Order: sequence, then C-alpha cells, then structure tokens
Amino acid sequence: MIKMAEDVKDEQKMQSAEPSAAENDSAGPQDMSAKIQGTVGRPFVDDAKIKMRGVNVFYGEKQAVFAVDLDIKENEVISMIGPSGCGKSTFLRCINRMNDTIDICRVEGSIQLDGMDIYESKLDVVPLRARVGMVFQKPNPFPKSIYDNVAYGPKIHGLVSRKSDLDEVVESSLRRAGLWDEVKDRLDSPGTGLSGGQQQRLCIARTIAVSPEVILMDEPCSALDPIATAKIEELIAELSENFTIAIVTHSMQQAARVSHRTAYFHLGNLVEVNETDKVFTNPDHDLTEAYITGRFG
Amino acid sequence: MVALAFFAGRSRSLAIATNVGGIPYLNSLPFYYGALTAVWCAIPSLVVLLIWNFADNYFISNMIVAELPESALELVEGKKDLLVNQVYNVAEGIMPREMAPDYIVAASERLEVILWWNRMLLAVVCLSIGILGSLFVWMKITPKFKARLHVEGVFLGVLFVSACIAILTTVGIVFSVLFESIKFFTKVPITEFLFGLEWSPQMAIREGQQGSSGSFGAVPLFVGTLLIAAIAMIVAVPTGLMSAIYLSEYADRRIRDWVKPALEVLAGVPTVVYGFFAALTVAPFIRDMGIGLGLDGFMTISSESALAAGLVMGVMIIPFVSSLSDDVINAVPQSLRDGALGLGSTRSEVIKQVVLPAALPGIMGGILLAGPRAIGETMIVVMAAGLAANLTMNPLDSVTTVTVQIVTLLVGDQEFNSPKTLAAFALGLVLFIVTLGLNYLALHIVKKYREQYD
Repeated sequence: MIKMAEDVKDEQKMQSAEPSAAENDSAGPQDMSAKIQGTVGRPFVDDAKIKMRGVNVFYGEKQAVFAVDLDIKENEVISMIGPSGCGKSTFLRCINRMNDTIDICRVEGSIQLDGMDIYESKLDVVPLRARVGMVFQKPNPFPKSIYDNVAYGPKIHGLVSRKSDLDEVVESSLRRAGLWDEVKDRLDSPGTGLSGGQQQRLCIARTIAVSPEVILMDEPCSALDPIATAKIEELIAELSENFTIAIVTHSMQQAARVSHRTAYFHLGNLVEVNETDKVFTNPDHDLTEAYITGRFG
Repeated sequence: MVALAFFAGRSRSLAIATNVGGIPYLNSLPFYYGALTAVWCAIPSLVVLLIWNFADNYFISNMIVAELPESALELVEGKKDLLVNQVYNVAEGIMPREMAPDYIVAASERLEVILWWNRMLLAVVCLSIGILGSLFVWMKITPKFKARLHVEGVFLGVLFVSACIAILTTVGIVFSVLFESIKFFTKVPITEFLFGLEWSPQMAIREGQQGSSGSFGAVPLFVGTLLIAAIAMIVAVPTGLMSAIYLSEYADRRIRDWVKPALEVLAGVPTVVYGFFAALTVAPFIRDMGIGLGLDGFMTISSESALAAGLVMGVMIIPFVSSLSDDVINAVPQSLRDGALGLGSTRSEVIKQVVLPAALPGIMGGILLAGPRAIGETMIVVMAAGLAANLTMNPLDSVTTVTVQIVTLLVGDQEFNSPKTLAAFALGLVLFIVTLGLNYLALHIVKKYREQYD
C-alpha cells in the first residue's frame, strides 16, 4: 500500500513536470507541448512506413489508448515497453486491425500504411493482414502438421499454384525462422507437438510465408525459456533486414537487444520515443527513467 | 429435534470455548460441533427407521400366522400369504368384516394392536437413539475434539451414497432387463431374434388358435429404427452444426441472446407434442407430396411414414446438436482464431480450416450423443411412423421401431410369461446395449478432445 501511494505521488510530480520537458525537447514537434501529456523524443521520421496520428482506442466506455502519434520506418525494429495494462498491446493490434475481433473495441484517429488509410470503411482487412502479419504472445500453431501450418497462408492467399513452389516457400520460411534443421524430417507431424520455442518459431515461419511487409510481435517470448528467447531474438535481428518489425515486450533487456527505437507507454499514453540506446541510458522523460530503473512496473 | 441437537452442541462448544480462552482455541468452529451433534442425532435414528420399516412386515406377518388356527395353517405355503393379505384387508377396512371368517377377524383385531405397538415402539426407539446419539457427542465436546474432520467425513459419505444411488439403479435396471431377456431367449433362440426377417409377435391365447406361432425376427425393427434415426441425423446434424457456427462465430450478441434461448425452448417441447405435429401435419403433407410427384407408381406411399417421423425427430435433436457443437466451437482457443486472422484469413477460412478441424472431435462426440436420443425416441415414432414391421428402405413407407414395439408389446393386459411380453425386454436390452455403446464412444471422444487444450 505504502509503495503504491509513493508511485502515485511520483506520477503526479512527473506529470506536472512533463510539459516543460516537452517544450525543451527540440526534436519533438512544437504542437505536442500544447497537450496535457504529449510524447517526448522522436516519434516522427521522414520516410514513414506506418504513420499513426491521434490514435484513441476505447473498450466500451473505457479509453485504453490516448491520442498516440507515432511513425515507424521501413526495416526498423521498434519496441514498445511499459507497465502491464498500459495499452501497448492494444495499440499494436490496431496496426493490422486485429481489434476488429473484439466487439466492444473502437478505434479513432488515422493509421496509414504507405499512405493508405487502413481504417477506411471500405478497406478489406484480408489483404491488409497479409501485408501486416502478427505473432502472438502464446504460440498458437494450428492443429495441423508442421508443413500445413506454414503452407496455410500461401494457400489461402493463392500465392503459389504448384506443389513444388509451395514446398519451396515452406522450406525457405522454415529456414528463415531457423527451424528447418530441427523439423525437416518430420514435416508431417503435428505442429502442436513441438516445444514452446519451436512452436513460436513455427508461428513466425507461418507469418513470413505470406511475405508480409510488417510483422507485429505481441510479447513473442513471454512464454519461452531463455534459450528459446535468445533464438527468437537472433531471428528478429535477421528478419529486420527484410521486414519492418514492431514488438511489444515486457523485458527491457530484450527491447535493448533487438530494437532500433523504443517507445515507452504509460497508462495509455505514449510518453517517450527515442533511439533505444538513448532510452536506456539517458531517457528524456522522468517516467521512462523511473520505469527502466525499476522504480515501478 | 435435530435443530435442538445442533444448538445444544454449538452452545456447549461455545461454553467450553470461553473456558479455554475463545473460539480460536477450539479445534473446530462451533458450527462443526453443532453439526456433528445434529448428525449423530439424525443419522442413526434414520438408519434404524429404514431397517425397521423393511423388517417389520416380515415379523408382523409371522406373528399373525402364529396366531391363526391350525385348520387354516394346513393350507399350502402359497395360500398363507393370501391369508395374511386378507387379515390386512379386514384390518384396513377394505374387506367387510361380515364376509371374513371368524379367525380372520380375530387376527385382524390382533393385527391392529400389533401395528399400534409397532408404531409406538418405533417412535420411542428412534427418539431415544437420537437423544443418545446427540448426548454421546455432546459429552465428547472438548477443545481437542476434531469435530471438523468428523463432519467432513459424514459429508463425504453422503456424497458417496448419492453417487452410488444412480449407479446402483442403472445396475438394477440392467439386471432386471437381462434376466427377462434370458427367459425370452430360452423360448425363442437368440439367432432367430437377431437375424430373423419377420416380426409378428402374436401368441395363441388358447390352444389351436389361428396364427398361434409368432415370429420374433427383429431385423425389420432394427432397420426401421436405423432408417428413422438416419433421417433424423441427416436433418439435425447439418442444421445444428450450421446454426452453432452462426451463433458462435457470426451472430452479434443481441441475436445470440435471442436465438439461443429460442433453440433451448425447442429442446424443452415435450416429445408428444412433436408427435402430434409429425402425425397430423408433416405425415399427410409428405404423403400428398409423394402422390403429387407421381411417386406412388414406383413405391408404397403410406400416410404414416419414416420420413415424417425422421424429419420431426431431426428437428427435435437440432438444439441438442447445436448446443453441444456451440460449446466445442467456443472451446477452440481464441488464440487460434487470432493466428489465422492475423495471417489474413477471411472469417469463413478461419472456420473451415482452423476452427472446425480443431473442434471436429468434439462435434463428432456431440453427434454420437445425439444418436442414442434418436434411436431411443419413442413418442414421435409411435404417433408418426406406424406399427407395421415392414422390412424396407423406402422412407415413404410406414416402418416401426424398437421403441414402438416395446410400447405395443407391453400396453394392455398381457400374460407376463409369454414370449410376446418377454420380447419387449429383449428389445430393451438391445436398445440399451446400442445406446450405451454409442454414449461411451461419444464421451470417450469428447474427453480425448478436452485433453488436447486443457
């Protein structure tokens, strides 16, 4: 109880100190300082792959994400960190409209992928999700064989017509996910029979088999042991050569290891976005510093 | 008295608690001491009451028989029961006193006295056992007395007995059906029953009557049952499954809130009402349509048809299939759906390629559970399918089923030992074995499926 009260006091102090911090930040756009709580650091880039402006997300009456502005550059790895319930997963799921599956969820604001508004009412989410793939917190291989798990995406999108082409896509996807050598002799056995780390890499292989442009990862390692985690992190580094990756993580070490930029969320607000090195060594915002030094979260 | 025992035990434990320094120093909460006292008050006397009720008839009869004069007792053993019955009838006023012989009247007066004493004695014994039981516990209440463990033990025992009641009843049913069936198979060979193609369960009431030799080949009944059940499943499975998919995957909450209870109402309609509907509306409609299509040139068209019964039975089973399928479809983890959607699947692709394959074992289990309902269903087929044991696969003809024949064989005045009546038990046994097998298979599949995700 006492500790929580202290946290609250800290937050209040920091929130009152925050507008001046934003004003002093020359890299941040000037209109940010007008808001009660804006974003400090570098949320914007010149050649944005994904451009998000004023994103609000509501679950029924409750607002989960408040007016977030953020750009994601091509082939960059951006990690999103923050305490539990800070809206980072919800925000991530906006990028390929996965929140559509939740009845009471409502998204406001604009999200553009290569200049195309993905929340336009006439937009078909199917091709969007083919371009923006997603890897989930818990490995969720389909109850099918390893081969069929990877072949699923190319099949439903009609990416390949011949069986030999499909074989090739499956092999190259599994290779890129670093799983080929472990499973090449048992492609027909069920995907659910693999270990947790292998399942997660299978899910990544399944995602890249569709050749998306962006991969969203929602705490991809939270259910895995350290060795499996290390493998996935290596994989993310390799994948960033070809894909734009946004990753939500609870592990600050992981964010520091894999990402180019880091975004810190707090209570539904995007508090700070900066180069990962800067966030973890010299953050602009007091809240970020409090979080990464372990004072709360 | 039980309540009294409860409060006595509780207040004593409270009193003791104040002596030793409060409730925390007792082994158990005062409630448990009270409950244990109450249990000791109630259960022994209940047990005595039960045993007494079972035993007293036997003893009283013996006492009466001992009282009866020698002349009456010289009769054979079978008549002795008859005499005792007469005594009871006179005592209860069913039989007028004037009509009975003197020694019966005397015995009946004696019986009344015995019964009165019996009741009084029972009451006294039960009350005193109750009081003794509660006193026994009441004396034993000390801070160290583990009343809680004893009460938990009693609770466990009650649960165990409840579980046994259902199982023992099932076992009892199986044996009663089994013994009657064995009697039947001594009269009619089992091979004829299982493989004979003709069913006409007529037995001569007197010697030399026309058509006295009945034939008990049950194949037409099995075929009729399977035909109707198959039609029912053809109706119920696709409809139920698709409605389950709609409800669990597509329908928004308002529609779901409205449709699901409506479907459950369908499950609550008494089968007799379905029977009316089948016999009075559907069957004539099907007959007229068959004739209208000119089918009567090729096949028999009857006003009672397997199709009518099967269709209506199918409608009856829809809620069963749909609610079971709905459950298993909902049990497919949302993460699988998310995974498929995240790859850019459409909703129908998710359902066809991910949800249904994952739910398939459970859906199969649901279908297999619905099967026995179709096979065992009685009222609809009695009213709509007819009684003629035709060996046919023509759904427009009238057929009969195992259940219908059981009903017709046992309705009315029957001699209990004739093969005709006993045949009903043999049919029942077959029905029981088939449905039990299907249920077992279904539960096995459902269980296997559950293990996959939990």
